[in-house]
Amino acid sequence: MSFIIDRRLSGKNKSAVNRQRFLRRYRQHIKRAVAESVGKRSITDIETGERISIPSKDVSEPIFNHGPGGERTIIHPGNKEFITGDTFPRPPGGGGGGAGEGNASNTGEGMDDFVFQITQEEFLDFMFEDLELPNLVKRQLAGTEAFKYVHGGISNVGTPNQINIVRTLRNAHARRMALSGGKRRQIRQLEQEIQELEENHNHPQDDQRINGLKIELQELKERIKRVPFLDDFDLKYNLNIKQPLPSSKAVMFCIMDVSGSMNQATKDMAKRFFILLYLFLQRNYDHTEVVFIRHHTSAKEVDEEEFFYSRETGGTIVSSALKLMKEIMTDRFPIEEWNIYGAQASDGDNWNDDSSTCYNILNNKIMPQVQHFSYIEITPREHQALWREYEQVQGCYPDSFALQQIVQIADIYPVFRELFHRRIA
Amino acid sequence: MRKEPISTSSEWTFELIERYDQEIGRIAESFKLDTYPNQIEVISSEQMMDAYASSGMPVSYHHWSYGKHFLNTERGYNRGQMGLAYEIVINSNPCIAYLMEENTLTMQALVIAHACYGHNSFFKGNYLFKAWTDADSIIDYLVFARNYIDQCEERYGVGKVESLLDSCHALMNYGVDRYKRPYPISAEEERQRQKEREEALQQQVNDLWRTIPKGESKEETDTLNRYPTEPQENLLYFIEKNAPLLEPWQRECVRIVRKIAQYFYPQRQTQVMNEGWASFWHYNLLHQLYDEGLVNEGFIMEFLQSHSSVIYQPPFDSPYYSGINPYTLGFNAMMDIKRICQHPTPEDKQWFPDFAGSDWIETIHFAMQNFKDESFILQFLSPKIIRDLKLFAILDDDTRNEFEVKAIHNDQGYQAIRSMLASQYNLGDKEPNIQVYNVNIRGDRSMHLRHMQHNRKPLDDNTDEVLKHLHKLWGFDIHLESVQGDTVTASYHCPPEPSGK
Repeated sequence: MSFIIDRRLSGKNKSAVNRQRFLRRYRQHIKRAVAESVGKRSITDIETGERISIPSKDVSEPIFNHGPGGERTIIHPGNKEFITGDTFPRPPGGGGGGAGEGNASNTGEGMDDFVFQITQEEFLDFMFEDLELPNLVKRQLAGTEAFKYVHGGISNVGTPNQINIVRTLRNAHARRMALSGGKRRQIRQLEQEIQELEENHNHPQDDQRINGLKIELQELKERIKRVPFLDDFDLKYNLNIKQPLPSSKAVMFCIMDVSGSMNQATKDMAKRFFILLYLFLQRNYDHTEVVFIRHHTSAKEVDEEEFFYSRETGGTIVSSALKLMKEIMTDRFPIEEWNIYGAQASDGDNWNDDSSTCYNILNNKIMPQVQHFSYIEITPREHQALWREYEQVQGCYPDSFALQQIVQIADIYPVFRELFHRRIA
Repeated sequence: MRKEPISTSSEWTFELIERYDQEIGRIAESFKLDTYPNQIEVISSEQMMDAYASSGMPVSYHHWSYGKHFLNTERGYNRGQMGLAYEIVINSNPCIAYLMEENTLTMQALVIAHACYGHNSFFKGNYLFKAWTDADSIIDYLVFARNYIDQCEERYGVGKVESLLDSCHALMNYGVDRYKRPYPISAEEERQRQKEREEALQQQVNDLWRTIPKGESKEETDTLNRYPTEPQENLLYFIEKNAPLLEPWQRECVRIVRKIAQYFYPQRQTQVMNEGWASFWHYNLLHQLYDEGLVNEGFIMEFLQSHSSVIYQPPFDSPYYSGINPYTLGFNAMMDIKRICQHPTPEDKQWFPDFAGSDWIETIHFAMQNFKDESFILQFLSPKIIRDLKLFAILDDDTRNEFEVKAIHNDQGYQAIRSMLASQYNLGDKEPNIQVYNVNIRGDRSMHLRHMQHNRKPLDDNTDEVLKHLHKLWGFDIHLESVQGDTVTASYHCPPEPSGK
């Protein structure tokens, strides 16, 4: 008797929980592997998974077992030339000593490491773990920067552009009716009286009376006319309520020095940094835009390809790029709608006179409007004037301005973590 | 007498599987195979990997080690290094067998014959399975275990439960009773009794560790009576009943791991027989189908191709060699029993006077029902198989610089090889023999274990790690002495003894 059941549709991934448990248990190992790999990876495959390898002694589950030594007899198949009593030297490395315990590593692959694959999602999660963009939460929750107005009823006060015409006119109409109702009734009575008198026109003093009534009628009509069509207290205004609007759009300005002093290796390092920032923003905001600004003596907004790969020569005026950034912010990215992030990479060279200009622009015009601005200096050399000016900026905006020095590729990831380390709110 | 083949294409359908199952079942019955009802489940390869990860248990509690196992399988499979097993079969009633949807129709028929009639009848007939496992209630028990551990995780935290299970797993092989049979109870009773057990157990433990002074004779009792009075080989059982500091729920978890170890214990002792039996029957059942004309030549060729790769034994010097293939050994042994019954040679009559020339179906059922690997090899391994597989014995003695060939497949060697091969399958020899020797119940509560060396084989480097786990469960000092004859050759301590001592 047999039952045949199709189980294919009932869920796979029964091991998902166990897999998560495994990842959780070895998260330190995995984090280390991820951090290393971010340093080594080429930019284009930053969005793939990762092969993680953990020393197998760390994942082993120990049990009691026989060690090498002692006396053991093992049966093997496939004898070719041995006869009883043959002796031969012990093979080097103690091979063959494993008494069929299954730990003989002749499977062709080294058994040193336990290797497995994590997905891209998991890779990025590990990479961004504990990281949080500064002020992101603060601004989103407080919503102090951007508002949207919603209809909130009718009010008696307001500005003329908010007048609710229908309500106002309806009010005026009612007022006019109220104020003129009694007089209209009198007018109707007078008119009737006049008519009656005119029909029974017998006595001469009737004429006199008609004239008197007519004057009275005229007067009433005059008075009705004097009731204003629209009065101050007729006016009704639409009431708009301000509601804070969390902004879920971010723009990231990448500013890079492309003067002769920056070589391709330096640019590559900068690129990695920008990409990390970009990936991070992408995961935190619905919509992320990137503006690339490169500069030597003058700044220019370019596309990504040109940003990273075209070469320019010449001197360096950093302030040109900051000016351009400010212009673009004003033109295209109103602060109410956009979370603005700046990231600048440079080798620290600048015209000496220019550094104080940079300080002014940054400190007075840019910093008040951005969420965060980070500056990385990719150089093994001493800091120059620009760094010192930027240190002052950091003094004014310790929370939202960061600067770091990077010497080699592997430095980027720790710096990145440092820059965006979760701040205690 | 030849009929129309059941199928001619390799695409399977549920109707065809059912048809094959009926035919194979009919033939199996004619060979007196007694089976549990079958529950054949068609699954995808992902599901197969899931099943793999938890050693085939259809339900199991969550633990990182299963995740590790899964990642390993997944990696091997995705890189094409390793095919998945064609089938997994579970010793339960009804007997659950998994078929992978990727298999061809021939493979499905092979798996049905192998698992649903081969393994299934072995589970039902073999004395070890009859004595130690309870096919009716295992699924229920696994469900109970899973829910219980889930609840523990909720109440005490995942981390705490995980580290407890780690420790239990380290001692899992020492959580089995080898000689006395636990009497089976249903899962319903299990649940009811779990509560009572919790209380009663704690009571008992408290009694053992009573701190009220007992009077004068303290010194004497210490030297005279050891506790336990007999050395205890079931370490997990001993811990469950006696560990001073475990909470009731921890004792229950220890018990769960122990029960599962016990459930798998017969499988570990009958691998050669079990696979040999199943392979023997898929071979015979499918050949019978062919003889009756129910399958065509294409079917039988595909089957033979796959069959011969399963029972292939690489020689010792091949890069693929990793010990003796249990399928090969078991299949050959079973086939040879049939041959000895049907066409005995003078050699067979001399070696197996009891059953040479007897009814093969009777004999082979007898062999399946009453032996485990060790005794089966000792009883039924014929000189012909030793010759066919060209078995030879190598002595590796650490006091000598060279290996010696002790015996080969000739007249002088048959007996020796047979008994050495048998002892190779004796779990008692394979695993270090470690027992609870004494517990200092009046003093520092330390536990003393003894490792009885077999052929001077020492313990390996993991020992200290395992002792740490044992220490975590027991809560007090652990001392392990490795004993050869009457002399202690090595000792291990957790926490480690200060150096210089």
